[in-house]
Amino acid sequence: MRMKTGVILLCGAVALLAQQPRQTLGQALGKKQPILIQNATIHTVAKGTFVGSLSIVDGKIAEVGEKVLAPAGAKIINGSGKHVIPGMIDCHTHIAVDAINEGSVSVSSMTGVGDVVNAEQKSIYYALAGGVTTANVLHGSANSIGGLNVVLKMRWGKDATGLVMAEAPPGIKFALGENPKRQGMAQQGSNAVRRYPGTRMGVEDVIRQAFVDARAYRQQWKSYEERKARGENVLPPRRDLKLEPLVEVLEGKRLVHAHSYRADEILMLIRLAEEFGFRIATLQHVLEGYKVAKEIAAHGAGASTFSDWWSYKMEAYDAIPYNAAVLHEKGVLVSINSDDASGAEIMRRMNTEAAKAVKYGGVSDNDALAMVTLNPAKQLGIDKYVGSIEAGKHADLVIYDRDPLSIYSRVEKVFIDGEEYFDRESDATGRSRFEAEKKGLLEKEKIDEKQRAPARRPS
Amino acid sequence: MRRAIWSFFLCLGLTGAGVAAETPSLVAIRDARIVTVSGATIEKGTVVIADGLIREIGESVAPPAGAWIIEGAGLTVYPGLIDGFSAWAQPAPPAAGPTPGGRGGGGAGAGGAPSGPPPQRSWGPEDRPGTTSWVKAADQVDPNDRRLEAARSAGFTTAVTFPAGSLVSGHGAVVNLAGATAGEMVVHPSAGLRLELNARGVSGFPNSLMGVIAYFRQLWLDAGHYRQVKEMYEKNPAGLARPAYDRALEGVLEATRVVLPAGSRVELERMANLASELKMPAILRGGHEAYRAADLLKSAGVSVVLNVKWPTKPRDLDPQVEESFRTLELRDKAPTSPIALAAAGVPFAFTSEGLDTPREMLTAVKKSIDRGLSREAAIRALTLDAARIYGVDGRLGSIEAGKIANLVVVKGDLFDSLGRIQMIFIDGKKFEPAPEAAPVRRGEETR
Repeated sequence: MRMKTGVILLCGAVALLAQQPRQTLGQALGKKQPILIQNATIHTVAKGTFVGSLSIVDGKIAEVGEKVLAPAGAKIINGSGKHVIPGMIDCHTHIAVDAINEGSVSVSSMTGVGDVVNAEQKSIYYALAGGVTTANVLHGSANSIGGLNVVLKMRWGKDATGLVMAEAPPGIKFALGENPKRQGMAQQGSNAVRRYPGTRMGVEDVIRQAFVDARAYRQQWKSYEERKARGENVLPPRRDLKLEPLVEVLEGKRLVHAHSYRADEILMLIRLAEEFGFRIATLQHVLEGYKVAKEIAAHGAGASTFSDWWSYKMEAYDAIPYNAAVLHEKGVLVSINSDDASGAEIMRRMNTEAAKAVKYGGVSDNDALAMVTLNPAKQLGIDKYVGSIEAGKHADLVIYDRDPLSIYSRVEKVFIDGEEYFDRESDATGRSRFEAEKKGLLEKEKIDEKQRAPARRPS
Repeated sequence: MRRAIWSFFLCLGLTGAGVAAETPSLVAIRDARIVTVSGATIEKGTVVIADGLIREIGESVAPPAGAWIIEGAGLTVYPGLIDGFSAWAQPAPPAAGPTPGGRGGGGAGAGGAPSGPPPQRSWGPEDRPGTTSWVKAADQVDPNDRRLEAARSAGFTTAVTFPAGSLVSGHGAVVNLAGATAGEMVVHPSAGLRLELNARGVSGFPNSLMGVIAYFRQLWLDAGHYRQVKEMYEKNPAGLARPAYDRALEGVLEATRVVLPAGSRVELERMANLASELKMPAILRGGHEAYRAADLLKSAGVSVVLNVKWPTKPRDLDPQVEESFRTLELRDKAPTSPIALAAAGVPFAFTSEGLDTPREMLTAVKKSIDRGLSREAAIRALTLDAARIYGVDGRLGSIEAGKIANLVVVKGDLFDSLGRIQMIFIDGKKFEPAPEAAPVRRGEETR
């Protein structure tokens, strides 16, 4: 109950804070005020942990070290006793979108969740308040080949276009196992037609056929270009938005994020990818990954898994909490994700998800933290910009009141691109302002109702 | 239900008037206040109507010899009102059948008598799901639609009317709300292509919002490709495979603009982005949250047809239910949307969509006026801007010499004298409003 009230209050504050973005003079002039965070424990993730300072200029990290000079006109934040980590990155979410699955077809690569971003979904604020600054938003797992993804920064208050992390390379969702095949077994509705595939081998077949088609499509365009170059009168082929993303996969220009559970199907997809000459960017969930860690490492796929969540369906029974640690030990690039949808329950505490890798399998603190920062950045191909505290990277930072791997730690401030998007204190004070505003609206409505009362009832 | 209300009105109304006696071809309204909308308001002047057009207007215009004179003292003449998105004069949509494979797993619509064979399952954009882009509202205008009289009686002379349908419903038409034949009523047969996001009646693809958007994207690409190969083939068919005729793509290529539904700020941004991607001028209809999206709409360069069925507090709301801030804010601020749009310079009109009777339009717009919308902006949105949005402002929407003689004549001011509409001219023909029906209370019509 207590928790629920908290959530409601937070919702309120969310609405208010979005309405009245604070603006400093610098922001008004189009320039961000430089910031210096002083004397904090800085977890760079890439280059060790130490007590020191860091400066932010123009939205980027300018300098990090034990002694850092304050840039001219900088706002100083006293970090003593605090911990600073890179903004966390969640490699598998379904937040901030108004549709997750286009389940009608087995290959839905013509769709993309980027088309249905809802910048006002409160999950963005919850994730932000939990220290997540970047999220990979994926299509659901109803299709062997699903829709296109979008990588968002949790810039709460911005429009859909403003949330998109433009630097992120494009990706696509694949899904193996029960979810895509379940769609082929039965469908509700009076005249629904069953959808192929209905088995695991059918899933493989659908993916293989899609890539055979994509190759043919690419060839079709190639020969058109050749004939056109020779001056022939030739009609151009039709552009096919279902196959174009798959051609991009074949050419290494689009990342594959493959939802997978069982070891056998993980191996299947690795073989299939190698047959077609592309590398799987990430195996998602990959709960049986520990059984085939060496093979995954050899292929070069990343693994993005849960900390300790399983047994919610048959193919999730053979999971162990040591999955992340085992894969990590065998040389696989590992991240831990939330798979959160609109509630963003796990995204509010991704730091403790990482801490479980320390508990189960003895991963070092830094390596555990990397599983929710630098590693997912690498998996998403955005580690040049985010994922660690290094000069030149985006100033996406989280300030904790204590060690982030402690279950008692709390997020105090979150910066994205050097801008403060969350502050625990302002959130708290915002709530009363918000409550007052809401009360005002309710009272206004009551007065209006009274005034209208003698008038004719609306018909 | 709505039907029932209408027929109730009509029973009361028919005896009165509405049926125009033959109007002489030359009419002059003199000594009236004339709100031209396009220019300054004339406090006391004359409008001359000849052969269905406005021939002359001005302070010192003398009624021509032989004209039928209407004494306009105490009356105000406005351009006829235009409904910016309507179903008037269009056949009623077929009863929605079950929509298997639709949102929420089909829900297997319990009641609804299935009409015709179940829809073919769609397996992708190639199956052109929910597409009837070849349908034109202009081709199915019904001059005997019983709703027309009620609309005229509320001051409407014109509506931009759209066919009902699914994802790509068809082309709207600008129609005058009276005429002996359908053809006579049509002012412009191609007002814009209506797109919808709810895959009503579609089985299979698409069954999600992103599927619908993906479908539109592919459809427009296909249309572009179709045009290209057709042109190449026309130029030099030798040795080329003949492109197959595709009426769905022909319909898309005919569109000069698209009309998209969008209510919230999120939807407004999303649809503005979609339109710019399709490279189509766009009209967004709905727009209750436009009060917080005006700048966005301005920079997107889209027009808005505002829905004036302002949100109200649900009846019999459980007092325990705490409504969200956004809901409360929307209820308070929705009527200020036209103010925000006017301030930002976004062209907008109003739609009668969702209203129980056309008369409610003026009451609803008055609500915005009470919140600060200028009367000039309000009447503009109801006339000239509606015409402009649909590209017919050269012939409609203001009182100017040479334009179609669509007028509404009111005792006093339009927004202060609800129900005091004296006469309506459509193509120069005079109509009198049906006497206001006794207020119908909910439920009464079922007795």
